Amino acid sequence: MALNLRTLVAALLVLALLLVPVYAAFIGNNFILSVCTRMVILAIAATSLNLIMGYGGMVSFGHAAYLGIGGYVVGILAFEGIYSGFIQWPLALVVSAVFALVIGALSLRTKGVYFIMITLAFAQMIYYVGVSLSRYGADDGLTIQRRSQFGDLINMSHKATFYYVCLACLFITLFVVWRLVNSRFGMAIQGARSNDTRMRAIGFPTYRYKLTCFVIAGTICGLAGALLANHTDFISPAVMHWTRSGDLIVMVVLGGMATLFGPLIGTVAFLALEEALPFVMSKTIDPYFIPSGIRPSEYWQIILGPLLLLVVLFARGGIDGFLARISDKEPS
Amino acid sequence: MLLFLEQCLNGLQFGLLLFLLAAGLTLVFGIMDLVNLAHGSLYMMGAYFGATFTALTGSYLGGIAIALVATLLLGMAVEVIAMRRLYGRDHLDHVLGTFGLILFFNELVRLIWGPAGMNLTLPGWLNTSIEILPGVNYSMYRLAIIVVALGVALGLYLVVMRTRIGMLIRAGASNREMTGALGINIKLLYTFVFGVGAALAGLAGMMQAAILTAQIGMGENILILAFVVIIIGGIGSIRGAFIASIFAGLIDTVGRAVIPDVLKLVLSPSAASTAGPALSSMLIYLLMAIVLVVRPAGLFPAPGNR
Repeated sequence: MALNLRTLVAALLVLALLLVPVYAAFIGNNFILSVCTRMVILAIAATSLNLIMGYGGMVSFGHAAYLGIGGYVVGILAFEGIYSGFIQWPLALVVSAVFALVIGALSLRTKGVYFIMITLAFAQMIYYVGVSLSRYGADDGLTIQRRSQFGDLINMSHKATFYYVCLACLFITLFVVWRLVNSRFGMAIQGARSNDTRMRAIGFPTYRYKLTCFVIAGTICGLAGALLANHTDFISPAVMHWTRSGDLIVMVVLGGMATLFGPLIGTVAFLALEEALPFVMSKTIDPYFIPSGIRPSEYWQIILGPLLLLVVLFARGGIDGFLARISDKEPS
Repeated sequence: MLLFLEQCLNGLQFGLLLFLLAAGLTLVFGIMDLVNLAHGSLYMMGAYFGATFTALTGSYLGGIAIALVATLLLGMAVEVIAMRRLYGRDHLDHVLGTFGLILFFNELVRLIWGPAGMNLTLPGWLNTSIEILPGVNYSMYRLAIIVVALGVALGLYLVVMRTRIGMLIRAGASNREMTGALGINIKLLYTFVFGVGAALAGLAGMMQAAILTAQIGMGENILILAFVVIIIGGIGSIRGAFIASIFAGLIDTVGRAVIPDVLKLVLSPSAASTAGPALSSMLIYLLMAIVLVVRPAGLFPAPGNR
């Protein structure tokens, strides 16, 4: 990898993420640590979505379902008195994988927009299953009394420790995705995205390849779900609402599809905008509106919405594609 | 039995409401190949316009008429400002761009009308019930919705199938470039179609606002149902959308009435009352999944659309 703007931004981002707990301890403010933990967890989910959407061309509009499944496995086990992470986490992965296998096997019969909608349909069904679980809080959700226990090994309740656990999971995910897409398997997946018929003609059973890829992505997202449930100490069907799946797509497209660090950049950018926009607006625009009694910073999404539209219109390939174009223009 | 009849009529009414939303969506999807998540926002804007203008003018029909024109103009403005630039782009770009529009409209409504919902009051002559069969009373307003929506469906069919503008729309759907090459102002045609779709969504919104209330985010859940309907019906097919809408409306409403009672046979009453509505909400999605597994391009795929 040559040293250009793209790799520089990715490297700086990774470095910044590594140093967040140090900074949080230094200024004695845990809020930023909590925000960054959320960023890291959702970046895992976005990276897994990118594996099927960016590299595989399978646009899943129901990816948040696995966040919910992973979370509910942790939540339900904790509710029934099983706190051991050695049971909770592997089970969360297995259950997510099984769901992804069933959903993928049926959904991959369709293509294009129909695939988008059938994955949405399955996610909605799982959402409503969550709503109907009256023993586990139904619509109101389930509070998790104790985080996953790993004996004396790791203390999940310690904020900085938990952050580094999440970050380690993110790095492992990035490594796995990187190895996958550059393997023979990954080449076959990307070949199927470009031309499925031709891949079949030269003897690749693309359906099986795609299904495997779909299951891997679902499993990784299930891990993100288990982490998210531990982070918020709470799980509710709202995690699986279709707008959450939309958020994940937005994060991936915003950062840059089919690039390794794109989803991470997109997630950080999206969540940072959510946090920063109200703050920046309250400092810059609000003073002009004091006589009218309106605080524009309360309505920050009115800026965020058109901003997303502008990214679509003028920055093709997301932030990562934008950076790539800038560094191409630079004389090197 | 009478209750069942009433539920069927309610289902029909809900299905027709869905059709109003789905018709615009399927036209835009089929003709411009645009995935418009912001269609639900136009539905919401229609509801708020309806509530505002009826209160302002003091006349129900007058207010509705003004609101319809306002939604039409809003739709055309959205098309000219944003959507026009998205044609021919990837579906994912549509999702991201129109998702941005949803955020914008939700926040705009909160800014203008505040976070609380808004009621649309019905005039006395609509807010009564009528005897449809001896001894069976049914809400006059719901009956009016059925009649209006059926009228709109018929009108839409006649316009698309029997008029010159409908012919142009169909021509544009099967081959965009060729229609343009023959001297048709395809841009103007698209703006018009988008505006009409918006007005239909707005009409559905203002009719629903009188039953429930006009609320922020009211468009999001019903939008997904409308997408489900056009997928089941086959993208671009108004006939398919019509049949699928009525199916979906009936299944949803009747399911809601029947499933909790069925569940009570196997579950405790409290568990059944939580699980019942959730399971009946699932039915439509189950229907779509089954349809797509059996027929991967919907029930009535429009010709020329893949």
